[in-house]
Formats: sequence, C-alpha cells, structure tokens
Amino acid sequence: MPIQQLFNALTLGSTYSLVALGYTLVFGTLGVVNMAHGEVFMAAAFVGLWLTNTLGVPVGLALLGAVAAGCFLGVLLEWVALSPMRRHPEIATLATLISTMGFGILLQNLFLTFVGPESRTFATPFKEVAWHIGGLTVTAVDLLMIAVAVVIMIGLHLALSRTKLGKAIRAVAENRVAASLLGIDVKRINMAAVAVASGIGGAAGMLVGLAFAVHPTMGLPYGVKGLAIIVLGGMGSVPGAMAGGLLLALVEVLTIQFIAASWRDAAAFAVLFILLVVRPGGLFGRPFGQVRA
Amino acid sequence: MDYNCNGAARRPSLAPIARTLLVILGLVAPLLAGLGTAAAQTIKIGAVLTLTGDVAAYGIAQMDALILARDMINEAGGVLGQPIELIIEDSRGDKNGAINAVSKLTSRDRVLAIVGPTLSAEMFAVGPVANRSRVTIMGISNTAVGIDEIGPWVFRNSLPEELVLPETVRRSHERLGYATAALLYANNDDFSKSGADTFREALAAHGVRIVATEAFQTGDTDFRAQLTKVASANPDVLVISSLYKEAALLLRQARQLGLTQPVIGGNGFNAPEFIEIAGEAGDGAIVGSPWFAGRDHPKVREFVAAYRARYGTEPNQFAAQAFDALYLFAEAIRIAQSTTNRQAFRDALASIKNFDGVTGIFTFDENGRPRMDANVLQVKDGAYVEF
Repeated sequence: MPIQQLFNALTLGSTYSLVALGYTLVFGTLGVVNMAHGEVFMAAAFVGLWLTNTLGVPVGLALLGAVAAGCFLGVLLEWVALSPMRRHPEIATLATLISTMGFGILLQNLFLTFVGPESRTFATPFKEVAWHIGGLTVTAVDLLMIAVAVVIMIGLHLALSRTKLGKAIRAVAENRVAASLLGIDVKRINMAAVAVASGIGGAAGMLVGLAFAVHPTMGLPYGVKGLAIIVLGGMGSVPGAMAGGLLLALVEVLTIQFIAASWRDAAAFAVLFILLVVRPGGLFGRPFGQVRA
Repeated sequence: MDYNCNGAARRPSLAPIARTLLVILGLVAPLLAGLGTAAAQTIKIGAVLTLTGDVAAYGIAQMDALILARDMINEAGGVLGQPIELIIEDSRGDKNGAINAVSKLTSRDRVLAIVGPTLSAEMFAVGPVANRSRVTIMGISNTAVGIDEIGPWVFRNSLPEELVLPETVRRSHERLGYATAALLYANNDDFSKSGADTFREALAAHGVRIVATEAFQTGDTDFRAQLTKVASANPDVLVISSLYKEAALLLRQARQLGLTQPVIGGNGFNAPEFIEIAGEAGDGAIVGSPWFAGRDHPKVREFVAAYRARYGTEPNQFAAQAFDALYLFAEAIRIAQSTTNRQAFRDALASIKNFDGVTGIFTFDENGRPRMDANVLQVKDGAYVEF
C-alpha cells in the first residue's frame, strides 16, 4: 500500500477529529448533542474566506478570525437555543436537539439566501504550496491541518486538566448541582464550553474550507461524521474524539484502497457498529460520558 | 357596533350589515373577476427547480434565466398578445418535494405546462405524475438515460449524455489516441452514474481499456484515497463523471498528487464555477457541451449580455437551457394558437423542428427525443474554447 494513503488518512483524520472535539466538549459538559455544530463550522469558514479573499488577511490571522467567529456563534447559540431549554429539565434533551437543529438550519438558510449556494475557494498562494518527497505529496494545508489538530488537542487536554476553567468545566460535567453549591458559576461554564467547542469548530471549518471549498451545506457531511466519531471514541472523551477521527479516516482510506470506494461509508459504519457491540461506551468511554481530559 | 350610548343607537342600524356585505364583496370580487378573466390575462407556466439544498446552485441559475426569458418575452409583447406568468416552486432537490410541487402547479395553479425539475432523479419521480395529469413537463437539465421513455407528456431540451459523451470520447480519442483510462464517478446521483455508464460504453467502443474505476459521493471533498489508487494504475487519461463541485476539487487534488494525464469530463465540467474552483488544475480539461457562451451568434451574444447585465456573471449551461426552454414554450403556444389548451400545447411542442436557440439548432424527433449537435470544448487559461 502506498505511504500516500497513510498520509491521506492522517490529514482526513485530523479534520474529522477537530470536528468531533467540538461535539464531545459540548456533550461532555452539557449532556446535549449540538446539532448546529456543522453550521457553525460552515459559517466560520465563510468568515475565514471573507477575511482572506476580501480583506487580504494572511492565513494564520484569518484562522484566528474564524475561531473568533466560531466562539461568537457559540455564545449566540448558548444564549438563543441552549440556555432557554435548560429551564425545562424534563424536556431539555429532546428540546435542545430540535432548538440547536433549528439554529443550524436558520444559519444555513441565511447563507444560502444572502451569500448563495455556490462553492467558493480561498484565493491565497498558501493553498498551492506542496512538496513531493519520493512518492509522497504533502501540501502546506495538510501540515497546517495536522499541526492545528495536534495543538488543539494537547491544548484542550492541558486546559481541562490544569486550568481553573478546565477544572470547573469538568466539575460541572460531573455534577452540575454540586458544582453550583461549591460556588462555580454554572451559567458561565456552560457558555464557556459552548464557545470553546464552537471556536474549535470554527478552526476546523476554516481548514476544511482552505483545503477544499466553502459552501453553505459543507457542514452536513462533517457533522454526521463528527457525531459518529464521538460515539466511536466515547461520548465526552477528548482523546476518544482524536482516536475516533483517525480510526474512521483510516478505515475509509483502507476500504477505498483494498475493497472499493463505494463501500467506504458502509465499511466505516460497520466498524462503528461492531465496536459498539464490543465496547458499548466507545473506545475511551464510560456509558454516560462526561468531559474528560 | 355602535358605542355611542344614546337613544338613537338602539335603533337597528343598517351600517354594520352594509359594512359586512362590503367586506364580503371585497373578498369575493377578485375571485369572480378571476373566473372571467384571469385565465385570459396571463399564460401560466410552472417551474419546479431545486432552489435549496446541496445542488441549489443549478436551480438558482435556472430560475434566474427563466425570469430573464420571461421578462424579455413579455417586453416584446408576450405570446399571442398575453404576458407569461411564471410560478416557481422549490423541489429542494427531493423527489417528494418535486411531486408536491407538480401537484400544486397542475391542480391549484392550473398552469399550461411545467419547466423542470432540475435533477434527473426528480424527473423519474414526477414525469409519471405529469403524464397521468396530462400536463406537459419539460426537463431543462435532465441528461440521464430513460427520461424520454417516461411518457408522451414528458420532454427535455437538455441534450442527453448518451449523445454528448460518445462525441466527446470520439473526438478526444481521435486527437490524443489513448489506450487506457481511469473512470472516476459519483455513485449516489443518477446523473453522474448514468454518465459513467455511457463513458464506459463509449470507451469500450474505441478499444480503450479501463484500468481503474473509482467511485465517490456527491458532497465528498477529499478524493485523495481514490486518486492515490488511480495513480498506481497509471492510466493514459482520466475520465470523470460528476457534478462541477466534486469534479473541480477532484481535479485539483489529482494535479497536486502528480497525476498529469489529460482529463475528459461529463456535463459537470461545463460550468464557469468549475473553472473558478479548479483554477489552474482545470486547464486542458476536455468536455462535451450543448452550450458554448463564446459561440458567434446574435442570440447568444444578446442572451449573454442581458444575463451578465442583470446577474453579473456569465450564464452557465443550466441557465442557457432554461432560457431556451421558455422560448420553446412560447413557440409551442404560438403554434398551438391557444394559451390554455394543454393537449394542443403538447402536440405543438412535439412538432417543433429546427428551433434556433442559444444552445443551438434544436429539434424534437418523431419520438419526442431532443436532437442537436454537441460542442466539444477545452479549458484554456480559464475559459472554454473549441477543442
């Protein structure tokens, strides 16, 4: 098997993992599946695109801009779609599923209406940089993708285990009532978790847009994959999201190489199914996940 | 009622009754008037297009072109002295959405005929519905095999792939003389799949051996695993059947991975957006097309200029075929000499021969199949030129 395929799996897996990290952080902290994550990812990609193509901002700064846009949308999401539902705990799980989905659909339709359905690409020379080493082709975007994924994962791990905010997030995940009795501002922690998760989603959106193209429905396939990965990796687990993303990408690439491309998704979900039968909590999971560093 | 509480107010007043009657009359009057004249005022044409969802880009180009054609026809005095009214419905790229839209247009809006739907898969679902309701439906972007066989009320002015693709293969094979090919296609939409089947047959007919066949899905963005596999088979040419977004991304990645072979594409290569996304990687791509914006013809120049003036971009193939469709309908109404008779309209449309449209000289053969010449084009420095 060409070494290129392993590298393909590594870059693809990095994007999957980045998307999944956002899901896992929100699920681990708030216990809800954020159905708007894919659309936040898309919207942030558009912000990055706009910064790069219209304002001529360098890629690195545009990436920070996309992260900021993601955070901002996360705050908006928490404010509009998540916190109002928390007042009705008996229906909160299902209601949040629908309210976040609604937020996502609204966001997508706003972009379809005001920006248009066309695919757009980043106009930056950075996109064209590639090296050929032996039989291996490596692009600058690939390396940036892998680097950002690694930095964010390590950063998130350290933040959750070492910082006060991280510890507070884990406390809220563990027991929201006890955390609030101990003087943790649960509302602020909720907001922070959604904002950080959406910021990571924003980074993922910008990177995927940079590598491929940006359009209003780009979040959908990644959203589905992201959800599958957190189930695979263990709901709420940060290393699980990373390992799950890499595993899914590897299975996909191996299926294309050795079976046929048309079996890709079938094989990926068959692996997911088998793994869940063997380990119901996922790779790194306990049955009812809470965010873990 | 009367809130002035004096003696006079108790007297039964006719004012409220009169007011009620007026309101009722106001509500009913337009309906009554409509019975007599609405049908005679405008010619109602329905359009079922994919305006939201993953392939909305096609439907929106079609809608823009239809609106432009409507305005140009109406500014020139309409058809048989009546303006055309377009009733546009969104199918959301979904078979059920398309069926609902067609039902609404035929029974509630009572349109004369329908343009659309955008996708071949949608046409396979709604063609039989229109056929049962005995209302003409004409696809403007359906290129899959089998559309013409749905029934006598189902037409298309989009050139089927089974005519365009073999012509592309014949001309490119003549010039490049390749012996092996890799076939890459999206396997989850009827259009790309049917295109791949047609390519396979055409390649076999010229003795070209297919050394790699790789599928992907519409909506995919990363094709490097498939391309890495194709690279090891080292074919003489790459043959791609997919929509433009996937085709452009795939081509970029192919060039990046060092696959430098000539590329032959299906209809999806035929959009300015393809060139925009593919960038330099798109250069040299060969594609058969019913539409060539650079064709030297007064109608083409007028259409391209009007479209550009209104929407700021060059019309793509989807826009061009939609534009021609409304003019074809206008021509059929003129031949039928009726703005309401659906049967007369169908027969008139089927009889059209040598219609001079922006996409070329167009004819329906005796079986209602579209006939016209395909152009084989090549991308050069970001523009389509004749191959």
